[in-house]
Amino acid sequence: MAQQKVVVIGGGLAGLAAAMKLAELGVAVDLVSLTPVKRSHSVCAQGGINSVNDQTRPLGDDEWIHFDDTVYGGDFLQHQPPVKEMAYWAPKIIDLMDRLGVTFNRTPEGFLDRRRFGGTLFKRTAFAGATTGQQLLYALDEQVRRYEVAGLIKKYEYWDFLAPILDAGGQCRGCVIQDLVSMEIRPLAADAVIVASGGPGLIYGRSTMSMACNGSAASRCFQVGVKYANGEFIQVHPTAVPGSDKLRLMSESARGEGGRVWVPRTPQDSRPAAQIPESERYYFLEDRYPEYGNLVPRDIATREIFNVCTKEGLSVESERLCVYLDLTHLPREMLDTKLGGILEIYEKFQGVDPREVPMKIFPAVHYSMGGLWVDYERTADGGLTAASPRNQQTNVPGLFAIGECDYQYHGGNRLGANSLLSCIFSGLYVAPSVVSYFQTREATGEVPPALLEQEGRRHQERHDALLKRRSGKENPYLVHQELGNLMTRAATVVRDNDDLRSAIETVHQLRDRADRCALSDTGNWTNQNVVFTKSLIDMFPLALSILQGALARDECRGAHYKPAFAMPGIEADSPEEKRRLAEAWCDRFEENTKKWLKSTIAEYDSSSREVRLSYEPVDTTLIPPRPRLYGLVGAEVIEEVWKERLASRAGDVSGNGSGAGTKETVAAS
Amino acid sequence: MISRSKTSPEHVEVRVLRQAAPQQRSYWERFRVAYEPDMNVISVLQRIAARPRTADGQDVTPVAWDCNCLEEVCGACTMVVNGRVRQSCSALVDRLLEENPAEIELRPMTKFPVLRDLMVDRSRLFRALEKVKAWVPVDSYHDMGAGPRQSPEAQQESYPYSQCMSCGCCLDACPQYRKIELIQRDDETDEQFAARQAATYDRNFVGPHAIAQAILFNQNPTGQMNADERVEALTAPGGVQVCGNAQNCVSVCPKEIPLTTAIAQAGRAATVHSIKRWFDR
Repeated sequence: MAQQKVVVIGGGLAGLAAAMKLAELGVAVDLVSLTPVKRSHSVCAQGGINSVNDQTRPLGDDEWIHFDDTVYGGDFLQHQPPVKEMAYWAPKIIDLMDRLGVTFNRTPEGFLDRRRFGGTLFKRTAFAGATTGQQLLYALDEQVRRYEVAGLIKKYEYWDFLAPILDAGGQCRGCVIQDLVSMEIRPLAADAVIVASGGPGLIYGRSTMSMACNGSAASRCFQVGVKYANGEFIQVHPTAVPGSDKLRLMSESARGEGGRVWVPRTPQDSRPAAQIPESERYYFLEDRYPEYGNLVPRDIATREIFNVCTKEGLSVESERLCVYLDLTHLPREMLDTKLGGILEIYEKFQGVDPREVPMKIFPAVHYSMGGLWVDYERTADGGLTAASPRNQQTNVPGLFAIGECDYQYHGGNRLGANSLLSCIFSGLYVAPSVVSYFQTREATGEVPPALLEQEGRRHQERHDALLKRRSGKENPYLVHQELGNLMTRAATVVRDNDDLRSAIETVHQLRDRADRCALSDTGNWTNQNVVFTKSLIDMFPLALSILQGALARDECRGAHYKPAFAMPGIEADSPEEKRRLAEAWCDRFEENTKKWLKSTIAEYDSSSREVRLSYEPVDTTLIPPRPRLYGLVGAEVIEEVWKERLASRAGDVSGNGSGAGTKETVAAS
Repeated sequence: MISRSKTSPEHVEVRVLRQAAPQQRSYWERFRVAYEPDMNVISVLQRIAARPRTADGQDVTPVAWDCNCLEEVCGACTMVVNGRVRQSCSALVDRLLEENPAEIELRPMTKFPVLRDLMVDRSRLFRALEKVKAWVPVDSYHDMGAGPRQSPEAQQESYPYSQCMSCGCCLDACPQYRKIELIQRDDETDEQFAARQAATYDRNFVGPHAIAQAILFNQNPTGQMNADERVEALTAPGGVQVCGNAQNCVSVCPKEIPLTTAIAQAGRAATVHSIKRWFDR
């Protein structure tokens, strides 16, 4: 049998991990990337990567609690088996990265140092200064280079993925790619294609994401029939530095190392921050969330910062919304060794030393929890069946998805320092699954040359037509700007059905305008104009999935927040009344769980160019869903009622139900 | 925040050295972009892309350039800004105007073949990382437990090298790093051309970035086991001996990587290696 070949789309952490693992298994890999892989967006990840470790275990931590924190933080929207598997693999993944030479910070004794991140009470996060993503990416880049020299991996850098190639039976047999320099369009035959193309930040115009994160690869899969799941779950990171070209991330690790978020109690107090006395500072996160403090999960921190600026009018500045992220009370030397990378970014781009003056930050679109739908095979004890061909496979046979562009690991909200983990985990984990897929699929023989030729020609014609298009005066960059502004207004921190309805209408109009874009460059050499226009056109199917998913979902879950459907805390004077309200609250919670604890599945109808939604149940059999009570008024009594209900049903709960119990022990400590 | 001149200008004048394709003649073009607060060179180029019209009103093709992260960690957007090679994302317009209020001048890197306008082909830079075997050659990716323990001091020494983002600033500034531009012959396949390129690159200076990476992996407790192979690569033609000690590399490195320290260490290792080899004969 000829050697099997896999095409991997994207050279970030997930794509590189998959490529190197496949190469180790003797599979040839074509690695396609918009940028040289070493420049992928994973370099922007700053804070670290989570796993249970020898420092947290003695304090009562274990893999199960990491799993529990992740699903609790994600508001139970994830299928639990993949998350459980990931949590149990996490220590092994960090060990591997350590062996590959990642320059993780060390304890005095030479072990990996750890810090605390949001949504957990344990110091689980291994880190390399404040450039952890960069260091992890480089380690994988180096391994891929090693296999490139050995001849098993061939890179296509500065190539764009145009579409998967499906045969008459609907199986993925390769893909069409385009050289961004020579503009050559080329079909590639493959035994399987793995999409690892990252998030769709550019749909929001400016975000913390890189310019390559345009979502086009995921959209192009979506448009040929791959399901897109939970698109409406977009993480808005609480702390970013606004800029005219991008919103630069200011890592959660700044708070993990002791950074404090505050605003002056006097609105727009004109004094310099240092001159505002403690008593006149409002540390609103610490005040409202005494347990987690500045390290509440991201969706919560984001909403609080947003509200403190908008509703409460306490923004530091009047011209633009921002709050202080303050590190000035921390020792300089510690800041330099643990956070140097991000402090330099702030200093370079803002011209102010954050060791001396508190940073001014505001939330920004950061990560997509939703993404291409993928499957998995569950074991009896609720983990994943290793090397099952179903793992990470989309509904199109032979087409797999991993990393940020799959929807599997983070549910309604991702915990900090879990994304590097899910990217590397899904990348390593998919490789043996793809090999099994080769063995189990029906023999299909060589990819018919006619199919390759036909697909190549189709995309060439589309490309040529775009270049020749004379009609229309629309400017793709301006249409993109409008799309970004619209999406940022309608589908970020606070969502409202009227806004979403009108946004959907406008997106349709913008899409029609994008169809009428005129190109300012009609040449056939390094034409960035046509490449951008194509990616813009492909933003609309995903934008619609996000908006329609958000409109349909009448509830609050994780990052998806609709005030009209919020479940506020309870306040009452008498214990009886409190109790009654808590019972009612829990009833409503259960009702809502029944109604909405399900994955949104978007499918694209290419003839009408419309997005259709359906829903799928979520496997929550390992840890029963429970209310997320971070900082809620009346949380104690709600929790009490909830525990009683759980206890009364304990007999019905099958399998390992210890999660909730363990979690509560932790939360109470 | 950033000190701004009292009266912000209405427009920013930008002069760009353009080139339609490899081997073609380059030419200057001038653009006028409406000033906005907190602009950087990237946002200037974005405005030009959105409305590619020269200062004298001619419609032209948009300027091509490379970028990705926009926060100076990916290394993509290197170009020569006001005569200095640097990342264009961290080149803030207000600062540039302080240097020269009349205009901002953008040119492609000088040591790499121009693909188009400000886009250059830096594949040689990555080839050098292959030459010095810049990786830890682990046995497998199976679970073999943690890596070797390391002191915090050792980590602090290695960490700066591991921040190298392959941007190429050090190479552009290096007098010993000469531009190599090969053209694919009609009778050459892509593979043959790639092989000829690699062979040519390998004979020429590897550059400070690759020397620093060799040192990084020679410091690593596992990487150390193959230290000789890397030093061997650094003593081959195009190795560390080519360095003329101009020290430009370290002064332009956006990450302030101690490149000259690495070069000095590599030089000593190369000497020791040569003597050892002489005795081994």
